[in-house]
Amino acid sequence: MPTTKSLYGRRLPGYAIATAIVLTASIGLAFFYAPIEADQGFSQKIFYIHVPLAIVTLGGFIFGGIFGIQYLRSGDTRHDLRSYTAIHQGLIFCIGALITGSIWGKAAWGQWWVWDEPTLVSFLIVFLLYCTYQPLRFSIEDPERQARYAAVFAVVAGAFVPINFIAVRLASPLIHPRVLSSSGDSLPGDMRIAFYSALVGVTLLFITICKYEMSSKHSRAQLAALRRSLGGDGDEPAAARSAAPRIALK
Amino acid sequence: MSAARPPSVLSATRAVLYKELTLERRAPQTLTAMALFCASAFVIFHFALGRNEVEGALAAGVLWVTLALAALLGIGRSFVADREEGGLDGFLLAPAPRTALLVAKATTLLIFLLIIGFFASVIFSVLLLGPTPNASQWASLALLIVLADLGIALVGTLIAGIAIQTRARDLITSILALPLLIPLLIAVTKASEPLLTVGGGTLAWRWLALLGLYDLIFGLLAYALFDYLVED
Amino acid sequence: MASTEPAVVCSGLVRRYGERRALDGIDLTLEQGQTLVVFGPNGAGKTTLLRVLSTLLRPSEGNASLLGSDLRKEGWKVRSQIGFLGHQSLCYGDLTARENLRYHARLHGIGGAAARIEAVLEQTQLSDRGDERVFGYSRGMLQRLAICRAVLHEPQVLLLDEPRSNLDPAAIEQVEPLIGAAVGRTRVIASHDPAGGLAEANLVLGLRNGAATLLAPAEQVSTEQIAELYR
Repeated sequence: MPTTKSLYGRRLPGYAIATAIVLTASIGLAFFYAPIEADQGFSQKIFYIHVPLAIVTLGGFIFGGIFGIQYLRSGDTRHDLRSYTAIHQGLIFCIGALITGSIWGKAAWGQWWVWDEPTLVSFLIVFLLYCTYQPLRFSIEDPERQARYAAVFAVVAGAFVPINFIAVRLASPLIHPRVLSSSGDSLPGDMRIAFYSALVGVTLLFITICKYEMSSKHSRAQLAALRRSLGGDGDEPAAARSAAPRIALK
Repeated sequence: MSAARPPSVLSATRAVLYKELTLERRAPQTLTAMALFCASAFVIFHFALGRNEVEGALAAGVLWVTLALAALLGIGRSFVADREEGGLDGFLLAPAPRTALLVAKATTLLIFLLIIGFFASVIFSVLLLGPTPNASQWASLALLIVLADLGIALVGTLIAGIAIQTRARDLITSILALPLLIPLLIAVTKASEPLLTVGGGTLAWRWLALLGLYDLIFGLLAYALFDYLVED
Repeated sequence: MASTEPAVVCSGLVRRYGERRALDGIDLTLEQGQTLVVFGPNGAGKTTLLRVLSTLLRPSEGNASLLGSDLRKEGWKVRSQIGFLGHQSLCYGDLTARENLRYHARLHGIGGAAARIEAVLEQTQLSDRGDERVFGYSRGMLQRLAICRAVLHEPQVLLLDEPRSNLDPAAIEQVEPLIGAAVGRTRVIASHDPAGGLAEANLVLGLRNGAATLLAPAEQVSTEQIAELYR
C-alpha cells in the first residue's frame, strides 16, 4: 500500500546548508589563509580538494561494503539502497579525485599521468573495478537477486581496496619525494586547518548528495505507488529494467 | 528407506569434482581452448613486439598477461555445463553442503590453470624466452604458478558464480575479473621478472607474501559469500 | 519422519519476480500421502509453486513448510525428503545415465546406491542404454531418466511438474510404480490434463495469475471447472 510516511529527506536542507558554509569557508581558508607552498607554488592549492575527494571516495566504498554486509545479513532493501548510493557517489567522487590528481600531476611534474604515484595508480585500478558495479546490477533482472549480487560485489571490492593499495605501493619505486603525505600529518599548522576544513566540507558534500539521491529515489517510488493505487494495478506498465535498487515501501 | 545421510563437504566435493573432470575428459573443450589461446598469443606477441626473444620484465609480462587472459576462458566456462540441463538445480536440490560446490569448482579451475600454466611456460620458454632458467628458477616459477593459480581459481569461481545468473555472462566475467586480478598480477609479474632475466635472480619473499595474502583474503571471501550466490 | 505433520502447508505464500507476483498469497494444507494437483494456464504460477516447495526458490512473503520444516529457515532439513521433477532433466549430457544417477546418489549420501540405480533403470527400461551418454537420448528417455533421478533417494514428497509430458502410453505405465498414486507418497503435481489430473487428485488447486481461484477436494470438482481456468 502507498504510504503516508513523511518525506524521506527531511534533514536534507540542514545538510545542504552546512555543506555550503563549510565548503565556502574551506575554499577561503585554502586560498587566503594557507600559505603558498614553497616547492610547488600556487598549483599546490588543488591538494585541498584532491586529497579530501580521494579520502571520501575510499570512505564511500568502505561504507558501500559495510552496507552490503548488512544487506546480506538482514535482507533489508534499505541497506541495499545505502550501499548502492555510497558506491554510486563514491565512483563520481573517484572521477573527481582522478581528474584533480591528473591536473596536479601536470602542474607539479609536467605530465597528465604519472605512474610513479602509487596512490593515484591505486585509485585508477579501484575506479576500474567499481566501474563494473552498475553494469553488473543492470545485467541482473530480478531485483532481489540484483541486490544480493551487488552486495557480494560491494563486500569483495571493499576487501580488494586495501590489498590493491599494498600491491601497488610495493611495486612503486617511489622516485618522487613525497612532500605532502596524503594523511596530512606532516602539514604545517595553517595548512592543516585548511586541509581539515576541506575534508569536512567534502565529507558533508558526499553525505548531502547521498541523502539527496536516496530521498529522490524514495519520492519516485512513493509517486509510483500512489499512481498505482489511483490507476488500479493493471494499468501500471511493467517497471523498466534498471540498475537502481528497488525500494520496498512499508 | 535406504541409509541416506547428508554427505559431508568432502564427499560432496569429491562427487562434484569427479563429475567436472569426467565432463572435461569426455569433451575437452576448455583445456584445448586455453592451450591454443596461449600458443596463439605467444605468436602474436612475437610479431607485435618485433622480438624473437624476450627477457626480464617483458618476458614476465608476456607470460602472465597470456595466462591471465587464458584464465578468463576457463572462468567463463566454469558453470556452462551446469546451466544447460539444470545441473546446478540438481546440486541445490540435494542436501549437500553448498561449500562443496565452491571447493569443487575452484579445484577444477585450479587443475585446469595448473595444466595450462605449466604447458604455457614450456611453450613460452621454447618460443620466446631468451634466458634459460636453471633448475631452482624453474622450481621458483612453479611455486609462483601454484600460488597465482590458486588466487585466480578462487576469484574466478566467485566471479563465475556471479556471472552465471547475469544476462551478459561473458562480459561480466571479463570486466569483473581483470581489475580484481590486478594485485595478483602485479605480484606475480614482479616476482617472475628476476627468474626470467639473463644471469638470473631469486624469488623475492615479499611478493610471495603478497600472493599468499591475496589467496587467503579471497579464499575467505569466497567461502563466506558463495552461499549467497547459489541460494535463491 | 513424524507422521502427524501435514506434508505441505502454505500460508500467504507470495513469490515475486521484480514487480510481478508469480504467486500471490497461496494458502493450502496437504496431508501426508495425499495428492495435490495444480491446474492453470501457462504462466499461472504452477512451476513457481513447485520450485518454492522444492527449496529452489525462497518465498518472498508468507510461509511454506514441508513435513513441519519451514522452507525459508530449515530448507536443508527436508531436502533429502523432496523429489523434484522439473522441465529440465537436471542431468549432464556428457555423462551416461548411470553416471548421472551415481552423481546424484552421492550428493544425497545414499548408501548402497548401485542396487537402487539398477532397480530404477530396470523399471524405466533404461538398463540397456544406461551406459550411453545422455546426450543422445530422446525426450522421452530423458524424461524417464529425470524421473529416476527424482525418486532415486526415495523421497517422502514428490513435486512433479507435468511428469508425463513426452512419455508414450507404454512409458507412462512403466513410471507408474515410481511416481503413481500406488507409491503412497505425498505428491504435488502440476498438470495440463483435466481428466487425468483430476482422477489422481485428492485436492485440486487452480491457479490464475499467481492467485488461487480454485481449491477444493477432488470429489467436489468437475472437469468443466478446471477447463474454466484456461479460458
